[in-house]
Amino acid sequence: MTEAESSAVDGTAPVKDAAPARNRPPSWWLLLGRDRAAAVGAVILTVVVLVALFGRLFIGDRARRQDLDASLRPPSLGDGVYGLLGTDVLGRSVLARLIDAAATTLSVAVPAVLCSLLIGSALGLWAGYHGGRRESVVMRVADVILSFPSLLIAVVVLYVFSPSALNIVLILAVARIPVYLRTSRAEAAELRSRLFVDAARTFGTPSRHIIYRHILPIALPTLLTVATLDFCFVMLTESSLSFLGIGIQPPDVSWGLMVAQGRQYLQTAWWITVLPGLAIVLTTVSATVLAAWARIATDPAQRWRLTLPRKRRGASAAVPPEMIP
Amino acid sequence: MTTTSAPAPSATEPALDVEGLCVDLNTASGTLRAVDGVSFSVRRGRTLALLGESGCGKSMTALSVVGLLDPAAEVTGGAVRVRGKDTLRMSAAERRKLAGPVLSIVFQDALTALNPVQPVGRQIGEPFRIHRGLSRRQAEEKAVELMTRVGIPEPRQRAKSYPHQFSGGMRQRLLIAMAVALDPDVLIADEPTTALDVTVQAQIMRLLRDLQDERDMAVVLITHDLAVVAQRADDVVVMYAGTVVENGPVHDVFSSPRHPYTRGLLDSVPEDAERGRPLPAVPGSPPELSAVPPGCVFQARCPLVRERCVRERPSLRSTGDGRSAACHFSEELDRA
Amino acid sequence: MPESRTTTATPGPRADGPDAHPPLLEVRGVTKSFGSGRRRLTALDGVDIQLGRGQTLGLVGESGCGKSTLARVLLGLERPDAGTVRYDGVDPFALRGKDLLNWRRRVQMVFQDPFASLNARMSAADLIGEPWRTHRDVVPDAKAREKRIRELLSLVGLRESDAHRYPNEFSGGQRQRIGIARALALDPDLIVCDEPVSALDLSVQAQVLNVLSELQSRLGVAYVFISHDLSVVRYISDRVTVMYLGKVIEHGETEDVFDRPQHPYTAALMSAAPVLDTSRATDDQEIQLKGEIPSPFDIPSGCRFRTRCWRAEDRCATEAPPAVVREREGAGDAHTALCHFPLEARSAWA
Repeated sequence: MTEAESSAVDGTAPVKDAAPARNRPPSWWLLLGRDRAAAVGAVILTVVVLVALFGRLFIGDRARRQDLDASLRPPSLGDGVYGLLGTDVLGRSVLARLIDAAATTLSVAVPAVLCSLLIGSALGLWAGYHGGRRESVVMRVADVILSFPSLLIAVVVLYVFSPSALNIVLILAVARIPVYLRTSRAEAAELRSRLFVDAARTFGTPSRHIIYRHILPIALPTLLTVATLDFCFVMLTESSLSFLGIGIQPPDVSWGLMVAQGRQYLQTAWWITVLPGLAIVLTTVSATVLAAWARIATDPAQRWRLTLPRKRRGASAAVPPEMIP
Repeated sequence: MTTTSAPAPSATEPALDVEGLCVDLNTASGTLRAVDGVSFSVRRGRTLALLGESGCGKSMTALSVVGLLDPAAEVTGGAVRVRGKDTLRMSAAERRKLAGPVLSIVFQDALTALNPVQPVGRQIGEPFRIHRGLSRRQAEEKAVELMTRVGIPEPRQRAKSYPHQFSGGMRQRLLIAMAVALDPDVLIADEPTTALDVTVQAQIMRLLRDLQDERDMAVVLITHDLAVVAQRADDVVVMYAGTVVENGPVHDVFSSPRHPYTRGLLDSVPEDAERGRPLPAVPGSPPELSAVPPGCVFQARCPLVRERCVRERPSLRSTGDGRSAACHFSEELDRA
Repeated sequence: MPESRTTTATPGPRADGPDAHPPLLEVRGVTKSFGSGRRRLTALDGVDIQLGRGQTLGLVGESGCGKSTLARVLLGLERPDAGTVRYDGVDPFALRGKDLLNWRRRVQMVFQDPFASLNARMSAADLIGEPWRTHRDVVPDAKAREKRIRELLSLVGLRESDAHRYPNEFSGGQRQRIGIARALALDPDLIVCDEPVSALDLSVQAQVLNVLSELQSRLGVAYVFISHDLSVVRYISDRVTVMYLGKVIEHGETEDVFDRPQHPYTAALMSAAPVLDTSRATDDQEIQLKGEIPSPFDIPSGCRFRTRCWRAEDRCATEAPPAVVREREGAGDAHTALCHFPLEARSAWA
């Protein structure tokens, strides 16, 4: 054991007056500014959300207006704003369609991810904290859901019922619940044996408060990271469903549907497929980077990493200040 | 010439001689000095205790001596001499030759110090295969011998067991067996009994002493436990905030400490304290390495502190009869 | 020399004191085991303890002796399989709802590990005030809470400005003070201290012990003080209970147990603990026990200590040892031990 580690265990943490910055947590903006990747991610996500919310107000019907003369034009600067990213086989502006699709995509993916995150985490934390029979029942349900191929259920359900956006959200949400269930159960089962949870029990704190105050805040960053990765998965599943013709129905359009529709022109008109694909990747990566940042920024023991001048950060990975003997 | 072929040290010259060792720690807030000019030496058959609280640099000193420092730490000065050569100026390959036959270490946590997926017999035989080129079978034979020596019942069967199948005390015995396998000149024991129950601790300490007598080893005992030092060591080096504040024969140092920190530690032991009377505790806690004051390292907690202590760091100076202390006013302690 | 006699009573304090009202804490015959069948671990086996207001009971034993399970039973975190726990004559395991919540206020705990027992995401003020989020009526308004947190901080020797700092900014000793302040937030009658200083450095350990004794004299709180460090127990306790493999094997006033141990295990424990006196050549006088503590899954028959005892005879394997009671001349608990061949005062060691 190195001295650094041993002091972390035995406790010779800073005791003198710490710098004022460490007495009060620094502002979120400052922490975000210190991590360039997370800042870029935040900007991209903000743009995507704004576009999804307000984009349709500006593009009018350009996402649907066909112009067969302008079919399969490559991206160029000469054709005005809507020609910037080229056109698809029916001569529709790819930019306008991307903007239109942003709203559809997010309106499917965000509620689906949120639903499965909320339901899965709540059930998982509850099951993991209490253990015993409650845990077994919940986990068996999760196993059952996982054992069906989710795409197959989606196909059956959407075939039987109408393929509306609401149904797609519900199907995707149910199919992804087990992921959060398992993650949160594992976290809660580990955390319930921690001493500070025991301490809370000695005050007579009710279980739901312990889960909410002690377990959730620690499990949340992990769950959010899972959720951002899942965001990508949900978008791709939605595109598979759209590709099969039971997802988003034309003339509505989503990024996944655009990728699916443009697939056959990949060799002649790459922009129809690649650009929406890029939109999916950029959004997911931004969300993931931001989640990684949030994980550090919400942890008082890790937060210092973000307050360092950028230059030194690389070298400092080994020993955080509170571990210095 | 290889280092291991040099003659083993005679009884008079030290088996391990550390001089002015400095270790820097690269951290988030810059480079900090974790060990600052630590010197000590120990002869064969003698036990030297490095005594100090967590973070005082005692473990880091030990790790520098055996060359197992964390990558974030770096030895920036001083010398560690064994068999007349400075290990700090050796190549990694030369150093590896010393590990086992000359210098070896016993760690505190025996569970993590043993490989969980290898039978213990093979692990204990490992030093023989590396340094003596024995075959696997011969090495395991040696391992069984060693296990018998350190008091593991049914060693031949137990050699096939895995570390988690042993109790804490037995695991510590295994670790000791491994450390003494090649008859080292110097055995460094880093808190060897801290994790053990009192009655088992006594057994392990007895085993260490017997092995030391039998093999004429020098032992460097790293500990925070004053009573273990009192019972087990010949000489003591008291460390505080990376520096040596006092050293000398244990009996003398403990009966009349010449540094206020040593005095404070001895007074804090509740052994003879009367119930209901407050213990004479040392106020405050040790300084952060990043905030070690320029003057005396102990000034913030010292009852004798005055202006000079803030201005000037006391050097470790001899106070006679083989002892030294780093205090401007150690004479006052003697009188008190 | 006190007289010795053999009775059928179990060791532990006498229940039939002259004063009629029940003691603060009275534990009788508490048994607790985990698992079932062959993997049945007996953690507690008929444990009796008793404690009055404002007093300290030291609980000594090595790993696996059941002291931590006992602590969890005292706090109501584990329900005993058999036996009774009474606080002022009331059984907490029979309480429900509001009564249970009110009882919880009276018993609090200080944990061994000041790192794991504090949620790293909460500030010192949040940590200390955490019990009030469940017990809302203790300090109802926000202003009063802030004031009370400041009081508690200064009571345990921290600064008011520390309230907004997070656990990772404190040293081990300071964290333990936060843990103590949190335990005091509900004004308990009893605090169970589970190895509260064993993770701390020596110079800091003395500070925390001083805080604990000062709080006791100021607030009259009682402690059950669990430790493996005999010198600490001797300093802090009025009475000492020694446990081995889930059973109380010796109990008495601190000076009786330490100066005149009756049970060979207690004597060995004291002899094995290193002492500061460099002139005492230990090896010759030290009682070295054979082997290690047997597994609690497989407790030896008869006397559970016989496998390591140097005084053991055939009888120890077949018969459970009787309680040996040595009466005190003055006030206080009788000195009892469970042994067939108890040590005479000042015979086997010292």
